[in-house]
Amino acid sequence: MSVCISRSEDALARHLIELTQAGLPLVNDPWAWLAEQLHLSVEATLDLLKRLQAEGAIRRIAAVPNHYRLGYRHNGMTVWDVRDTDMPRLGALIGAQPFVSHCYRRPRQTAWRYNLFAMVHGRSSDEINHYREYLRQLLGDACVADEMLVSSRILKKTGVRLPQAPR
Amino acid sequence: MDLDLLSRQLMDRFQHEMPLCAEPYKTMAAALGCDEAHVLTCLHAMDQAGTLSRVGAVFDHRRAGASTLAAFAVPATRLHQVAERVSQYPEVNHNYAREHFYNLWFVVTGPDRPHIQRVLNELEKDTGLTPLDLPMLTAYRIDLGFSLGETP
Repeated sequence: MSVCISRSEDALARHLIELTQAGLPLVNDPWAWLAEQLHLSVEATLDLLKRLQAEGAIRRIAAVPNHYRLGYRHNGMTVWDVRDTDMPRLGALIGAQPFVSHCYRRPRQTAWRYNLFAMVHGRSSDEINHYREYLRQLLGDACVADEMLVSSRILKKTGVRLPQAPR
Repeated sequence: MDLDLLSRQLMDRFQHEMPLCAEPYKTMAAALGCDEAHVLTCLHAMDQAGTLSRVGAVFDHRRAGASTLAAFAVPATRLHQVAERVSQYPEVNHNYAREHFYNLWFVVTGPDRPHIQRVLNELEKDTGLTPLDLPMLTAYRIDLGFSLGETP
């Protein structure tokens, strides 16, 4: 029997998110564990995961390190004033650097000239300064100004969690 | 803290993607040239040490909703108070003090743009400060982790 008949895919996806958002148990076959919880076959569970990933609801399925606890305690939000016409090419280039975790184009504002944001992480302030310098070279003349905003304190950091829903 | 070789290899290789197949740790072990038991022992040790956030799916809860990066320029004497006020919102999941004229940076997430606007308006009214409102226009990279390897 396919569970998708008795429960909508949405409800199933929601259940899957609730079961897995805090992490899977560290057992030999985590997908079998998940399948059992969902009352699905392992194959159907893997299919569901692949479908959610293809749709974009799941960004990645991975072993996610705690970078901060690994010693990557320095982060810099680098911000760049990049010529608009060069943005598609340069945004993609900056986003592809291995030490960048996030890279977004954002709008300029009257009190804010920067339109490209890239988060860099490192184990020392020297390391993130070096990354900033490297990005500056990549951007070249297309960038007319930049800054790096280092964090002095993390005041709140939580994953976006779904509230528990009654089932 | 220094990573031992296996945990570094595990993270560098599988922080972006792990195998979607039965007994994934066996496949991961084969890729790294070690045993499944080594991989699990290593992950357990990292879990204990707090260096493993989790093994599993990273969901994009924002996909169907809206979010923005916002910032305030807060007078130093009020930073703590304003930061507390901002963090109170369940819509705020990241809130960082940064060394800049705009010294408080936070992400507001909600079901739609009007919801985000209401939060920003409330905060402006409460604090007397005008937020920078910088919604994402294009994503070139979205939190896929970053390399633990050598620097360029």
